[in-house]
Amino acid sequence: MIAIVDYGMGNLRSVEKGFLKVGVDARVVREPQAVDDADAVVLPGVGAFRDCIRNLAQTSMTESIMRSIQKGKPYLGICLGLQVLFTESEEFGIYKGLDVFKGKVVRFKTDLKVPHMGWNNVKILRRTPIFDGIKDESFFYFVHSYYVVPDDAAVVSATTDYGITFTSMVWKDNIFATQFHPEKSQETGLMILKNFGDFVRKA
Amino acid sequence: MLAKRIIPCLDVKDGRVVKGVSFINLRDAGDPVENAKFYDEQGADELVFLDITASHEKRQIILDVVMKTAEDVFMPLTVGGGIKTLEDIRDLLNAGCDKVSVNTTAVKDPYFISRAAEKFGSQCIVIAVDAKRVRDGMSDADGEAWFDDPALKDVCLKFPTDELTWAISTHGGRKMKLIDAVQWAKKMEELGAGEIMLTSMDNDGTKDGYDIELTRAISEAVGIPVIASGGVGTLEHIYEGLSEGKADAALAASIFHYREYTIREAKEYLKSRGIIVRL
Repeated sequence: MIAIVDYGMGNLRSVEKGFLKVGVDARVVREPQAVDDADAVVLPGVGAFRDCIRNLAQTSMTESIMRSIQKGKPYLGICLGLQVLFTESEEFGIYKGLDVFKGKVVRFKTDLKVPHMGWNNVKILRRTPIFDGIKDESFFYFVHSYYVVPDDAAVVSATTDYGITFTSMVWKDNIFATQFHPEKSQETGLMILKNFGDFVRKA
Repeated sequence: MLAKRIIPCLDVKDGRVVKGVSFINLRDAGDPVENAKFYDEQGADELVFLDITASHEKRQIILDVVMKTAEDVFMPLTVGGGIKTLEDIRDLLNAGCDKVSVNTTAVKDPYFISRAAEKFGSQCIVIAVDAKRVRDGMSDADGEAWFDDPALKDVCLKFPTDELTWAISTHGGRKMKLIDAVQWAKKMEELGAGEIMLTSMDNDGTKDGYDIELTRAISEAVGIPVIASGGVGTLEHIYEGLSEGKADAALAASIFHYREYTIREAKEYLKSRGIIVRL
């Protein structure tokens, strides 16, 4: 079973229904124990970095998630679920993240509209297992004002252009995380969820 | 490159779509979920439900519609209409919608937007700006004078005015407010709105095209995305809104409902005119 972590940051229904649609057993969980018992972890999330980190701590999910990652369980982060993996964010002041990856989360400094909202192309640098069957430069749905800047360029697996070229996906071992929202990206997005489900089955 | 978005809008009353009954391919043309699936298959970039159910006691109906839609449709969904409290927003987000659009409640209490953005994040708070041109002869007697708060003085319309200005209307265009639409849009951005859904009340329903001057004025004044709405009759109109009007997204209702064009046709046309779209 895949655990979709509910830590009080809003709607997880789309993620759960997305997995259901492609026949993957993923359930929203609210207890840290359920994360420990799961085969894999999905961390979605929209909103502010600060609130995300705070809520994860308050719901005692931080330790369970870190244990899962350390054990090598597959992890899929979406949007904030990508950003919290990094060392720190500058959103509303400096806040510490989970530090799984070294690097920062910074705000778009551009004349373009912020949030970066809508469908944009994802350029694949390294073909991760969850990109099976997905064409390079496919469109995915984004909504965010901050993006990750990894210290180690080797973890970047896809990029997107919005004034600058930013990291839209990271991949290392069993950790996958996207800045875009697969659960909002119609068929292409559902394919990501399906691929993650397949990866978990094989892992 | 970020694509310009094409967004069909469905008017929903008591859980039923009130326009677009001429659809032939749907099992139930009045079912919002069937309509949502139809637009999903056509490649719509987002979807808007405008809930025009009059009674606040019937809010459960739209929640059920959203829940059913979210089971089958995996694209961003915005719901507007009748949102009065933070609980209304929470209920909609939990049901599976991604953004809510607010007009009347924000005009009554602008800080509602900051509270909502603080609680749920700016990305899901859309301010619906229904704007109407201020005509010669309109004076401060033509609408409610309001806003004692000094922080909101800037958004009040100043009379007499020689420049082209727009005033805000609420209650679906039935009431006028002496608020300058451009200043209001800026204030809403400052208070935390993440997007603007801009409707020209002069052009809405006319099929004469968007109010391009209005769309450009607002789009240039703010740093958040603007959805143009009100007046689309042809694909050329959509092109004008996105190019000259500088909008980030185009919302249309009847041209899609009555099958005058498919979403795909609209996108192919825009692409031929050099607009970046997702096909």
